[in-house]
Amino acid sequence: MSGADVGDGAAGIPPHGDAVLRVEGLRKSFGTTPVLRGIDLEVREHEVVALIGASGSGKSTLLRCITLLESIDDGQIFLRGDDISDPRVDADRVRARMGVVFQQFNLFPHIRVIDNVTLAARRVLRVPRAEAEATALALLERVGLADKAREYPDRLSGGQQQRAAIVRAVATNPEVLLLDEITSALDPELVAEVLDLVRELAAEGTTIVMATHEMEFARDVADRVVFLDAGVVLEQGPAADLFAHPREERTRAFLARFRGGRDA
Amino acid sequence: MPTRDPDDAAPSAVELDRRAYRRRQTTRSVLVSLVSTIVFAVVIWFAVVNTPGFDRVRQSFFDLDVAIASWPRVIEGLWVNIQVLAVAVVGVALLGTLLAVMRTLRGPVFFPLRALAAGYTDLFRGLPLIIVLFLVGFGVPGLELFPRNSAQFWGTIALILTYSAYVSEVFRAGIEAVHPSQRLAARSLGLSHGQTLRIVVLPQAVRKVTPALMNDFVAMQKDVGLISVLGVVDAVRAAQIETAQNFNFTPYVLAGLLFVLLALPMIRLTDWYTARLREREQIGSIV
Repeated sequence: MSGADVGDGAAGIPPHGDAVLRVEGLRKSFGTTPVLRGIDLEVREHEVVALIGASGSGKSTLLRCITLLESIDDGQIFLRGDDISDPRVDADRVRARMGVVFQQFNLFPHIRVIDNVTLAARRVLRVPRAEAEATALALLERVGLADKAREYPDRLSGGQQQRAAIVRAVATNPEVLLLDEITSALDPELVAEVLDLVRELAAEGTTIVMATHEMEFARDVADRVVFLDAGVVLEQGPAADLFAHPREERTRAFLARFRGGRDA
Repeated sequence: MPTRDPDDAAPSAVELDRRAYRRRQTTRSVLVSLVSTIVFAVVIWFAVVNTPGFDRVRQSFFDLDVAIASWPRVIEGLWVNIQVLAVAVVGVALLGTLLAVMRTLRGPVFFPLRALAAGYTDLFRGLPLIIVLFLVGFGVPGLELFPRNSAQFWGTIALILTYSAYVSEVFRAGIEAVHPSQRLAARSLGLSHGQTLRIVVLPQAVRKVTPALMNDFVAMQKDVGLISVLGVVDAVRAAQIETAQNFNFTPYVLAGLLFVLLALPMIRLTDWYTARLREREQIGSIV
């Protein structure tokens, strides 16, 4: 199923629908350093898009701009056709429509796992506590963390924390799930349990944009791979194609370095 | 090399020897400190007792009859201190939090608020409390702007003004010690700025600075006695009156002891809490 084309409904993947997310001409500088230099990107419903590229290529910044956690210098971002980069939109309401998982988990250490998961539902969507907890417990059960629901996050292993963070992000049924190098802070033996969960979510049709250094995983799970280089989308395409036949010299160099570094 | 049985946790000969050595060392240390403490106390005692004026000092500072006679008035005064303290704690918590939050607001829109809070903390951390007491206690009522209030009221206000400046600085340090990623995570869930502050940042900030806050509370507990300069008949003022009547300083000593007793539970609690935090942070470490 890794080779499914964009819009291809075969091989068990739900067919890709309308554009959930569209980025046009996005620019962002930190001081005088340009980080994003005109990004165009479209993500359709049920699609899984992997952002790859060297450190500093702008993957994380792009995700943070999309979630309105970072101001942008130019360009537009659309979520289901709404221009969310318009300063007149309520950014809090927009953020509630997306799910974000961070590299460092960023669970709230002073509240229990269950409260972490239900926080957005209770405080933003105003779901009654009992209802929010029922939903959260069902999700935690599914990822094998039901027995940790009443624990504080620091009692969990890194992999468990990251799975809880993913549950927190999907608990409110976001329109798109954004994953920012979610396995980079994990010990190698804990990476699999987190990636398996992402794989499941993808198989269920969750729309996902993920910045990742896990090339094997990207090849396996992503419908499309986007290679960022120096703040522009240098090359993109179906995962199998891009990994097997990169067109650009810099993509080839990047992938070669990766194979040399990891698989060798 | 002897073969090892992983399940056999019986201490080896080397370890037993080490333990015995440590036990001997501990016993010696305890004995040395015990003896030196006793020697020191005895020397001090004889030095003081043999001073030429000791008897007179004992009569005018440690007279049990005077202490008993002044007890009702001093304890009544202490009750005033406790009332002032209770109100001041609440006021300091509110104003201190407000100031701290004002100082952490970002963006040019909030410049006036930030500047105001910064100016406030600079001013009241620099001003001696006794001067604030005089200015607020005698100056503000003189404006004839507010309805007449007791000296106790204005003394409480002065305490709140001064201590919220200290507490807001402690709070601010706590707020800034909460990692920015916590804010990011909260905002990414759709929480507003205010919700993020209330639900995610402040609870963590308070935990981080609890020992420092408790210290400030202990300091305030005794500074409450300064409101006596406004004429409030608190424990200190009551002791002063008793002293003037008997020409004997024992009531001051009594009031001092009562203040110490009042502060002691909080001091112990602070120590216990700080020790517990330290233990949690360096599990297993011995240095």
